Amino acid sequence: MSARARVIVWPLAGLATAALLWAGCAPIRVPSHDQLFEIPQGTFARRMKGDKVEILPSQIRLTLGLNDVLLLRNLDDVPQVFGPTILMPGQSFRLPFEKASSYNFACTAHASGQMTILVEDEPVMPWSKIHWRLRELWENRKK
Amino acid sequence: MLLGVWFTAAQAAVPASASAALKAGVLSPVMPAPALSLAGSDGKPVSLERFRGKVMLVAFGFSNCGEVCPITLATLAGARRKLGADAADVQIVYVTVDPERDDAAQMKKFLGSFDPTFVGGVGTRAQIDAATTRWGISSVRKTNADGSYSIGHSSSIYLVDRKGGLRAVMPYGHPADDFVHDLKILLRE
Repeated sequence: MSARARVIVWPLAGLATAALLWAGCAPIRVPSHDQLFEIPQGTFARRMKGDKVEILPSQIRLTLGLNDVLLLRNLDDVPQVFGPTILMPGQSFRLPFEKASSYNFACTAHASGQMTILVEDEPVMPWSKIHWRLRELWENRKK
Repeated sequence: MLLGVWFTAAQAAVPASASAALKAGVLSPVMPAPALSLAGSDGKPVSLERFRGKVMLVAFGFSNCGEVCPITLATLAGARRKLGADAADVQIVYVTVDPERDDAAQMKKFLGSFDPTFVGGVGTRAQIDAATTRWGISSVRKTNADGSYSIGHSSSIYLVDRKGGLRAVMPYGHPADDFVHDLKILLRE
């Protein structure tokens, strides 16, 4: 390796190592434990016109200690069956989770009639923290 | 029908109270629980008004259910036992989603095997459909190979406070201790 290449490669390797160390060791901080899903105003009207409106994904992934509260909010003008409950206009539903598991709910908002909430353990080990951060980056890339 | 439910609820909405500590999912603001107008497995009508002043746990299922309902009912019976004397102020109402097979006698026998104080809600297909629509309950009939059928249904348990407000929804699978925890909070109000 030439001296010029070393000048580029070594700092980059150092940066990558530092990033990995940070991602694996630094505590994960989140602004809120709530994972919010909202039914926008006008959803019912859009459905009545034939639009296929999907608000709630058929599978939701939550992580204990980080985002472990499902928060559903109905901003529409009519009641909506949303996940495990019926929500009146302006009403919200806050469901905390304390155990890692897969929870299945009947949900008429989905074609399958089912909604799954996958609750995972809090990432404690370095690799699990790195995995969690990478997945968050990937899943939030379009937000 | 849902619009009708909303108008009724909106007119009588009550302010939210501090129920954030519940293990169940909390509804905010608190609104009156949807109406129930059914026959009871104990021979008396089943309505919210009949049990006003008690904390109600309302759930939906059917007596031929082989998986979810027996576990739910055993859990609720266990919670009542753990509450001791306080259980006198708790009423479990189990509404059938299978009116073709569940009449009052069948529900009484089924529920009585878990706890004789449980009251079943029964009625005609139209009455049951009206109740499940108001409560946002889904139920899907599945025919088995031998011609018999089962029913997939919403399995959450609804917590109604002493004033008739629908306060919270406990998803299926929570242990009896979680119900005891939440019931104690609601009973103190």
